[in-house]
Amino acid sequence: MKSAVLVFPGINRERDMARALKLASGNETSMVWHAETALPKGTDLVVVPGGFSYGDYLRCGAIAARAPVMDAVRDFAASGGLVLGVCNGFQILCESGLLPGVLMRNAGLKFVCRDVHMRVERSDTPFTRGYNAGQVIRVPVAHGEGNYEADEETLKRLEGDGRVLYRYCSPEGVVDEASNFNGAAHSIAGIVNERGNVLGMMPHPENHVEEIMGCTDGRGLFAGLVQQFEKAA
Amino acid sequence: MKARVTVTLKSGILDPQGKAIEGALKSLGVDGVASVRQGKVFDIELAATDKAKAEAALKAAADKLLANTVIENYRVEVLS
Repeated sequence: MKSAVLVFPGINRERDMARALKLASGNETSMVWHAETALPKGTDLVVVPGGFSYGDYLRCGAIAARAPVMDAVRDFAASGGLVLGVCNGFQILCESGLLPGVLMRNAGLKFVCRDVHMRVERSDTPFTRGYNAGQVIRVPVAHGEGNYEADEETLKRLEGDGRVLYRYCSPEGVVDEASNFNGAAHSIAGIVNERGNVLGMMPHPENHVEEIMGCTDGRGLFAGLVQQFEKAA
Repeated sequence: MKARVTVTLKSGILDPQGKAIEGALKSLGVDGVASVRQGKVFDIELAATDKAKAEAALKAAADKLLANTVIENYRVEVLS
């Protein structure tokens, strides 16, 4: 699997992401600067990592979403290429129109930096095939604006089409108000676009992939992506 | 030419920051505050001298970047 990680000024999780991708795939990851107008040839997966692109000025992800490289990402997604956005990357994908909805200020107004649990809603997608449906995984979050909101119509469509892939839950897998720490609509932690090839999620699976991190629950996502391309090849 | 673009949250969109400000105003004893919604103001200087052209440019700026029209409305004013 050949992956490309986008780099914007103010992004700070790109190396964590590249490390997790290399660990899973064995291949080096290309780092792609925001001013580029094309992705490296043969790219299988584009990752928009987390951080604070452009200092979160204007709105989180708003300025990065208009960077030159995003036109190439739009074309890549339109041709069916897989795109993963984590944290600020999720915000950038929403701002760029690749995903519906918006990430608002956390309902509690505080930046939340801790481990949370999320439930894998289905396992038959490239982004979840490394897990079982209903499996609960522990992943870190670190964000102030992760409260996913969309209009009723959009939420209905997301739910109806099974496009909510990850949902905040209790350690036992119960989706309730207490575990919805940022107030997201329907406890949404991660969604895909209509075609199912663009995933945005707030938690950081790339930070739970090695024993030394204290948890390896994030591995499944990357292992699943790698499997996807082994199958194709 | 001076202009102002005002961006506000659409009605019905939850505004936790506005709520917090509302709470702070109440605790400061400011009377009669029913509710607060927070927004943004952009003061922009334009090279254009034609009002219609200026308005078109400001509208483009708001649609492309200044506002996220999923959740926000905007108002464009040419001031002088």
